[in-house]
Amino acid sequence: MPVDLERQRAVCAALRAFMPARNVLFEREDVTPYECDGLSAYRQPPMVVALPENESQVCEILETCHAMRVPVVARGAGTGLSGGALPLGNGVLLSLAKLKNILAIDAPARTARVQPGVRNLAISEAAAPHGLYYAPDPSSQIACSIGGNVAENSGGVHCLKYGLTVHNILKLRVATIEGEIVELGGGGLDAAGYDLMALLTGSEGLLGVVTEITVKLLPRPECAQVVLAAFDDVGAAGEAVANVIAAGIIPAGMEMMDQPATLAVEPFVNAGYPTDAAGILLCESDGTREEVADEIARIEKIMQDSGAHLVRVSRDEAERLKFWAGRKAAFPAVGRLSPDYYCMDGTIPRRRLAEVLRGIAAMEKNYGLRCANVFHAGDGNLHPLILYDANDPGQLQRAELFGAEILKLCIDVGGTITGEHGVGVEKIDSMCVQFGAAELEALHALKRAFDEHELLNPGKAVPTLHRCAEFGRMHVHSGAEKFPELPRF
Amino acid sequence: MDTLIQHFADTIRAATEKRRPLRIRGGGSKDFYGNAAAGEDFDVTGHRGIIDYEPTELVITARAGTPLAEIEAAMRGHGQMLGFEPPHFGGSATLGGCIAAGLSGPRRAAAGAARDFVLGLRMLDGRGTDLRFGGQVMKNVAGYDVSRLMTGSLGTLGVILEVSLKALPLPQAELTLSCELPRSEAVELMNAWAGQPLPVTATCHVEKRLYVRLSGAESAVRAAAKKIGGEEVPNAAEFWSGVRDHRDLFFSGDGPVWRLSLASTAPELGLAGHQMVEWGGALRWLKTDADAGSVRKVAREAGGHATLFRRGGQTAGAFHPLPEPLMRLHRRVKQAMDPAGVFNPGRLYPDF
Repeated sequence: MPVDLERQRAVCAALRAFMPARNVLFEREDVTPYECDGLSAYRQPPMVVALPENESQVCEILETCHAMRVPVVARGAGTGLSGGALPLGNGVLLSLAKLKNILAIDAPARTARVQPGVRNLAISEAAAPHGLYYAPDPSSQIACSIGGNVAENSGGVHCLKYGLTVHNILKLRVATIEGEIVELGGGGLDAAGYDLMALLTGSEGLLGVVTEITVKLLPRPECAQVVLAAFDDVGAAGEAVANVIAAGIIPAGMEMMDQPATLAVEPFVNAGYPTDAAGILLCESDGTREEVADEIARIEKIMQDSGAHLVRVSRDEAERLKFWAGRKAAFPAVGRLSPDYYCMDGTIPRRRLAEVLRGIAAMEKNYGLRCANVFHAGDGNLHPLILYDANDPGQLQRAELFGAEILKLCIDVGGTITGEHGVGVEKIDSMCVQFGAAELEALHALKRAFDEHELLNPGKAVPTLHRCAEFGRMHVHSGAEKFPELPRF
Repeated sequence: MDTLIQHFADTIRAATEKRRPLRIRGGGSKDFYGNAAAGEDFDVTGHRGIIDYEPTELVITARAGTPLAEIEAAMRGHGQMLGFEPPHFGGSATLGGCIAAGLSGPRRAAAGAARDFVLGLRMLDGRGTDLRFGGQVMKNVAGYDVSRLMTGSLGTLGVILEVSLKALPLPQAELTLSCELPRSEAVELMNAWAGQPLPVTATCHVEKRLYVRLSGAESAVRAAAKKIGGEEVPNAAEFWSGVRDHRDLFFSGDGPVWRLSLASTAPELGLAGHQMVEWGGALRWLKTDADAGSVRKVAREAGGHATLFRRGGQTAGAFHPLPEPLMRLHRRVKQAMDPAGVFNPGRLYPDF
């Protein structure tokens, strides 16, 4: 879509009325770095990029865009994996990158008040001298911003025990599309009225723009240890996970990798993974010394009883980090096997794991593409990594169809299309499979309660019924038309 | 859709058409909570029973009219519990009422609130439409988090039909210690403990005594008890359920009881009356004759809010008034879910 130059000039002029010209970008070479987020298969340069330096500028930008009816896409660090920060050619890309200050650390109350552009890991680093840390640790934590974490309700490898972003924030300052500030949550553990903080968390920038976040900090556990267990069969590994939970243990982290994943990782980082195993489990315990010693002994026994052919316990911190290094390097390691990979993010009830992995294996044959599986086994969040080569015509499209079929399988077994990466633009059609028309209408009604003219990140996260009807012609669910009440065309 | 849900939906549609409000009611154990709602009683207790409970998935799904006691008994049978230790306020408490009220008990500061454990729900909106949000898995970011919005909305947005909750294992061992200590020092100590890796799962200060509960592996509880000191409290479970359900002597009488939710480090309130402190300092129960304006001013200045939990003759609104931009969002959210305004009008705020 060609840029409407007159519109672009008018928007830039309106923004420059209250912002320095250097923070309003519009030249092609200046806006191109913002054309995509972590999902680079989708690209679109924005009409204008606005780089506010403080909250009042954020409010003025939104007020201006609201008055001029210009759509706005908010962006944090741009590490999102679902295209949630994909710009609009007729819109403003609102970058929160300059709001990157840690405003206060209150050690006695164990809270940190931060701006949205602060990196996730920077919070834990700033809290470390007080023996505290911020628990949610998405794999991208060295780069991703806390504002983006709130928008996506990010998780991490420790979220079964410590929760997602929504469980670890106390208060948000949010700018509405009208440019007003509302405070959600509060200094205590709850707030009066509706829990709009929970509703905003994970709303992918469609309801408001977060300008300040107060997060909860936790005391660093005294110690941590990890058990590495190898299985000849991924079904048995899944069974072992259920046995750990049934024994009343909530591990700090419980991760599974299948053989294609360990084969990719081992030569890359030498984590000590047995590459002959069909799948490996990493199960971590943290807490006081007594707690960890007790729990690790029980986990070790459960793994043996569940048929692991090899069980190793990290002997020291160095070995614990080595075991984890492999898991943390899984994505880049898989990236070495293939020019491109496509990361999926479904969640399933854990007991359906073996069945889902068999389904994925069958799809590999059908689509002629390989797939490695990395799994947050504790909470059922599966990350199949589909390997493809974008230079080979047709492979990207095949990878996308493969991915959509995996998501459909996740829904069929009682799961969801996205555990932590968000819907964005990527999974918008799969939303039509997961939700019925009535639910989608209710979500749109909520959207309009916050943003009457649908200017905040339009076209993402929640598909229009029109779009689903078109999509529905391709995917007929259980032999029944999903949106029979809608006119066809 | 089964016939009872069909009947509920028909009732809602008729009410919407005639603009006749409905007062949604489960077991009635929390009738005292919030402002009086207008409308005809709409009894949902008939819709009951556990639908699905898979202990190894840590998920339980039940119909809204299921007695809370029934759910907790089933979970106990598998060595599990509801992590937020919900208050019952009487034997008739239902799951739907528990989630609609969104109240949490002594374990809240350590384990999370009611809304933190809600994974998904099924509901009827103000048009009588049957809707499902969230699911039965731990991680799910597809669509807005309507399930958590519904938690604590006091039935003003819809009729909850089913709820899926995350389960937690029962601790292997539990121990409560107590010592005599002035309130301000107790609050300081609660905050200091929370900043260390200790298995503290509840704290309470009442009648000049500090109580702390430790939960976890036997060895960990023992080691922490040695560190913390104090006398072991016999019948501790009885003590905590008394605090949870307001059967503790502190709550006796029929004067007003305020619930102040504040920053855990908030200083002494400077209000006359009796206090009980919970949640590591973040929850303060206050029996006072002070007027609502002064109580709410103190709460606001301490970064929190004050609920008139038991009216006791006070005429103020139950919930802390909201600033106008936020109240406007509330009205619009209500409008989106219940356009005719039939559900529990006035229960949360007089505006809707």
